[in-house]
Amino acid sequence: MDGGLKMRTIALAGNPNSGKTTVFNKLTGSSQRVGNWPGVTIDRKEGRIKGVEDTVLVDLPGIYSLSPYSPEEIVSRDYIVNEKPDLILNVVDASNLERNLYLTVQLLEMGTPVVMILNMMDLAAAKGISISAANLGRMLGCTVVETTASKGTGIDDVKKALATASKVEPIPQRFEPSVEDAIAKAEEGIRSDLRPELRRWAAIKVIERDEKASEYVREGFDAEPIIKALEDEYDDSSESIITDQRYNSICDTVSGCLNAPVDRNRETFSDKVDRYVTNKWLGLPIFVAVMYGVYYLAVQTIGTMGTDWVNDVFFGEWVLPAARDWLANAGVNEALSGFVVEGLIGGVGAVLGFLPQMLVMFLLLAILEEIGYMSRIAFVMDRIFRRFGLSGKSFIPVMVGMGCGVPGVMASRTIESDRDRRITAMTTTFIPCSAKLPIIALIAGALFGGSAAIALSSYLIGILCILMSGIILKKWKSFVGEPSPFIMELPPYHLPSVMNMVMSVLQRGWAFVKKAGTFILVACALVWVLSSFNWSLEMVDADASMLASIGNAIGFIFAPLGFGDWQFTVATVTGLLAKENVVGTLGVLFGFAEVSEAGEEFWTLLAGMITPLAGFSFLLFNLICAPCFAAIGAMHRELGTWKATAFGVGYQCLLAYAVSVIVYQFGLVALYGTVEPVGIIMAVIALAALVFLLIAKDPFGTIKSKVEAVTA
Amino acid sequence: MATLKDAAFGKEVKVKRIVGEGPVRRRLMDMGITKGCTIVVNKTAPLGDPLEVTVRGYELSLRKSEASLIEIE
Repeated sequence: MDGGLKMRTIALAGNPNSGKTTVFNKLTGSSQRVGNWPGVTIDRKEGRIKGVEDTVLVDLPGIYSLSPYSPEEIVSRDYIVNEKPDLILNVVDASNLERNLYLTVQLLEMGTPVVMILNMMDLAAAKGISISAANLGRMLGCTVVETTASKGTGIDDVKKALATASKVEPIPQRFEPSVEDAIAKAEEGIRSDLRPELRRWAAIKVIERDEKASEYVREGFDAEPIIKALEDEYDDSSESIITDQRYNSICDTVSGCLNAPVDRNRETFSDKVDRYVTNKWLGLPIFVAVMYGVYYLAVQTIGTMGTDWVNDVFFGEWVLPAARDWLANAGVNEALSGFVVEGLIGGVGAVLGFLPQMLVMFLLLAILEEIGYMSRIAFVMDRIFRRFGLSGKSFIPVMVGMGCGVPGVMASRTIESDRDRRITAMTTTFIPCSAKLPIIALIAGALFGGSAAIALSSYLIGILCILMSGIILKKWKSFVGEPSPFIMELPPYHLPSVMNMVMSVLQRGWAFVKKAGTFILVACALVWVLSSFNWSLEMVDADASMLASIGNAIGFIFAPLGFGDWQFTVATVTGLLAKENVVGTLGVLFGFAEVSEAGEEFWTLLAGMITPLAGFSFLLFNLICAPCFAAIGAMHRELGTWKATAFGVGYQCLLAYAVSVIVYQFGLVALYGTVEPVGIIMAVIALAALVFLLIAKDPFGTIKSKVEAVTA
Repeated sequence: MATLKDAAFGKEVKVKRIVGEGPVRRRLMDMGITKGCTIVVNKTAPLGDPLEVTVRGYELSLRKSEASLIEIE
């Protein structure tokens, strides 16, 4: 903007399920930009308001309060205090007024002018609630606009209110006299350089013993006696006193603006639906049916069809040959052409191929989320997952991960608890994804006569790894803490908004494409170079490449797992690009130019090279260890830092190693009576460590070094 | 002391106080469960936990372990 004009910033705040996203989409349309809030993996959305000049609308996370306990709340609060938006647009669900006003009251406390959007007027009317917006605005000291954003009703009024909103002085809430008294006393201790409109808010924070309040207090001032006196009077903690006071003032406000008393016993549409959906007997079967539907659409039919088309036709028949011809015609040398076509386009294409499947998955998840079923899933499944330290919402990513780990990891986004979300993002890929099926088919076909038990045991071991990791990771220092509470709103069911879903799918899909274009591009380039050149930088076949010599050099690491030959090592490494590569790489290294998906051509060769036990161990390691780069990229997006991503990947590899060494070495003893002295010792230590981690209450700090010794 | 965990289904109960401290207690109060407000326990999830309750006109789910922090009259 040119220097003379100052952009007006408007912050959009509101409870989850208040229709905030709909309001944001209606106001900003396609002008949205999505990023992350600094330091946290919470979406930060911004956009221009259509028809209101020189304004930026910043979407704050959906929150219930401004307590400093969740990252969303801290982000919102810091934004209002530090970035000083010119106005707060507060979306309120009119059909759920009391609890929604709790946030409003806290926003008003912060002294920024507020325009309230009284949304979902249609739902409120259906519930028999009739509100006088004028009275509400008068009692709270802010402008109130009535809307039904899902139908577009009232959006123009919102824009008008924003364009004309003059500075409305919020009327400070009036608490009971002794509380007001204490606030006034605490206000005297607030630093004089704090903005005047924040003084009352800061004083309330001091009374609440808010952790961050000390930075607002001037030196030498002790608020403790004031707080103590108040607590003695009410026989309660000061934090609760303030919350009680807020809710009491809200009750007064609500009864002053309701046109008629509300009949709370009326059965709503959602009550009727929930009679079946969360029913004692029908709840679980309905859940299984819905999950199967999602799996069927995304993995079995539409999603996979789209992905196959992109891989085989779009890239395989159109882009790759066209690029090859174009480069050849342009006279580019063969090595460079190979690098661009096979290395870059082929590698990134393999990852982008997942896009159709992910879009279908995102759409289905967005629908489940929008209509309100997602929280019912968590409600139904919580009991099972809590036993393993996770919550009901962790089930969804695992389900999705059976198709593809990338959307699986990304589906962990729907988990509110930061800790559960991070653990889920790290463990979801243990479930075999569709790209790992060829490895299972190869090992089962070549070494086990096609036994179905191999596939079945792969899934069982995958689930076992997830549940074990839930228990183990909860003991790791950055995840330790009280079990996260499960206090969750069950929002009313409603029809999904097409616009919201399209926006959500496009934004998530675009984030993935960007990742493929950066991180994955670099990784693909690296592996291609390593597998195409020798150390003198001459172009060679893969079996003479740098990658092969690295494979030879590090093959000894896998010897205790039964597959120390360099081909297996290299196949494992190229599996990082895409797990489909494992079978293909083995084919190339065994001298077959083209192999079918499950590599039938070299089954006999493989059977002569490695025992079924070692093959199974190879399978297990590849199933559990680090997922492909695309999934690691998704993990990074959910975990936020490379440090946390490295920790997750490291944990996956350690666990894979431990499981494989245990299975292989004990298998050797049990099946062949062979004892490998070094191997068996490692297996015993790995088993002991695993059991210890599962049983011990506080294993880290003491055992940490030992675990590393086992697997190094 | 009777807590919300033991409340009969479909019967309106009044909150006396919330025990404990820290984030869980704060979250309960932020969600509108405060001294003197009325709550109805509607049902449990299919596997017996968590509970579904109605408070301040909306549906909330919470585990029995959290419900046991809420003393009722």
